[in-house]
Amino acid sequence: MSARDNILARVRKGLGLPGNIPGAESDKARAYMAQQARGPRPTYGWSDNVARFCERSEKLGSTVDRVASLAEVPQAVARYLQSKGLPTSAVAWPALQDMPWSAAGLEVQARAARGSDLVGITGAFCAVAETGTLMLLSGEDTPATVSLLPETHIALVDVTRIVPGMEEAWALMKAERGAPPRAVNFVSGPSRTADIEQTIVIGAHGPYRVHVVCYG
Amino acid sequence: MLLTSSSFKRNVRRKLEDPSLQRNMKRFGGRFVEARAAVMTEVDNLEEIRVAAAAIRDRSLANLDSYLVEFEAQAQARGTQVHWAETAQDVNRILIEIARANGVRKIVKSKSMVSEESGLNDAVAAAGMEAIETDLGEYILQLAEEPPSHIIAPAIHKSVEEVAELFSEKHHTPRQTDIPALCREAREQLRPHFLSADMGISGGNFLIAETGSVVIVTNEGNGRMVTTLPRIHVAITGIEKVLPTLNDFSTVVRLLTRSATGQSITNYVSMLTGPRREGDPDGPEQSHIILVDSGRSRLLGTELQQALRCIRCGACMNHCPVYQNIGGHAYGWVYPGPIGAVLTPSYVGLENALDLPQASTLCGACQVVCPVKIPLPELMRVLREKSFSQGLRPWHERWSIMLWRTAASHPRLYAGLTRLAARLLRRLGGKDRLLHRLPGLDGWTEGRDMPAPSGQTFRELYRKRKA
Repeated sequence: MSARDNILARVRKGLGLPGNIPGAESDKARAYMAQQARGPRPTYGWSDNVARFCERSEKLGSTVDRVASLAEVPQAVARYLQSKGLPTSAVAWPALQDMPWSAAGLEVQARAARGSDLVGITGAFCAVAETGTLMLLSGEDTPATVSLLPETHIALVDVTRIVPGMEEAWALMKAERGAPPRAVNFVSGPSRTADIEQTIVIGAHGPYRVHVVCYG
Repeated sequence: MLLTSSSFKRNVRRKLEDPSLQRNMKRFGGRFVEARAAVMTEVDNLEEIRVAAAAIRDRSLANLDSYLVEFEAQAQARGTQVHWAETAQDVNRILIEIARANGVRKIVKSKSMVSEESGLNDAVAAAGMEAIETDLGEYILQLAEEPPSHIIAPAIHKSVEEVAELFSEKHHTPRQTDIPALCREAREQLRPHFLSADMGISGGNFLIAETGSVVIVTNEGNGRMVTTLPRIHVAITGIEKVLPTLNDFSTVVRLLTRSATGQSITNYVSMLTGPRREGDPDGPEQSHIILVDSGRSRLLGTELQQALRCIRCGACMNHCPVYQNIGGHAYGWVYPGPIGAVLTPSYVGLENALDLPQASTLCGACQVVCPVKIPLPELMRVLREKSFSQGLRPWHERWSIMLWRTAASHPRLYAGLTRLAARLLRRLGGKDRLLHRLPGLDGWTEGRDMPAPSGQTFRELYRKRKA
């Protein structure tokens, strides 16, 4: 027997189930998965998803800007970079390449990120109000490295796509994409570590700064 | 990892007498405890969610074979190669086979406690490849050639001065004690490795059966690096880590991060499903997962099955008065603290970790904070009983218990003996009514005096007061 069969046989023996491989009772497991039950959540609520998302994002150490429409985003990004004295050249998701970056004085390359890129601009599949979290899906036009390698990550969030909790984010992904992409990354603020004397340091291996621009 | 649990008592003595460890453990003290307590106030129905999380874990375990087979089918459908490892040695063998077949020379690793079980880094080095730990804590320990002492904060036993010394020696850089500067130094050392490694190894906090995905819950970003940049990704995790659905994960993760570091969510929660898709500009070309049994299936169907609910938050050790004093290394294997006192004997054999279930006052703090309600004191009691009934305890302990049993089942004998003992101890206590030494029971009086009894037994006092 293979290692797989041995392990499954031991599991079944331990659980007191007959035979060596899952049988009829696995219908029960499948039925449970199909049911898509949701568990209890903290009962405190909030009236406005956008306000909640912004408040929680800031608590996580991100900075948040709010503009009226997508058209205003490049100016807002330029403003942020200049105010922080950061470089105005950036790498961005190919999905964002048609935006008028150069009109705002930014030099943007649409591609996956490299180790030397300093600013990365991404969108977000959706965002989670409960924790102030961005949900990013990897793909041809949305490479995962752009939110990871640069020291500064700027994320553009459509306010109509801020959902209450992680459960709603999964439901949205299933409804629009079916199966998950290679990588789903929930991002909640800049990378951090507390591995030396439990002292929290912002900026470990990932970005030092996360700036969220909410639009719409 | 080298198993030293059988010399637990010696380990403890060494740790208690180590002034720098004692200083570092004092500093560790209550920080995790306070952070957890603060963030739990966000969850007004904590008990309801704990009950639900425990039920989710129980459901996963009750149908573990079905969920594993479902996970495997979904993972394979999305291009992941699924490997099964019966023992820790199998983990190393499978990993090295994958690496050799693909001409791998350099490996970057994010934190994986399962890989510590099998001593993977040594096996990889012996096979002529380089494995570099990239979690800051694990990186420090790899430089120091030490094992981790905590499951989520592996270098908790080290001070900034020790890290400064180590970095300066190994990196040949000027010594600096500023913590952010040390983190930056590690980032700059490790970035080139992320970009040039052939293989990335991660653990897996959970496996999701419905999608065939592995989920990692991280803060530093190294977990994302090792699962994104190298051309091969291998996740290594225990068979018990499977959850049926993404909704189940959402429930459990609300408690995991709060219990672990006191965060309402970690910086990154990454769910990986297969290798890069057609057209994807990044991500690994191959995705593998190694499902590890290595003693886990033995616990199924026993009282100890409840320990497999564990989601590895570390709250039990953070709150344990024994752990807080001796640190993680004394436990002598991968998992310290109360959960280690249960898992280590179960995985490596009770006879090899005989003293671990005794390393508890049974105060119950671990059970109170456990997000999935594992009755850890009860499980330690089960193991204590087992070690006694299997005749594994030392002769003097067995004899004492048997003598006590004889006395306790003969009321008159018991009354006589306790009367004698009470009088004797009263006299030995002298004027200050303190016992400085108890012959044969040194442990009781080593660090403190024992108050002497009043000279009368409970029964005598009871009779007197009733009269």
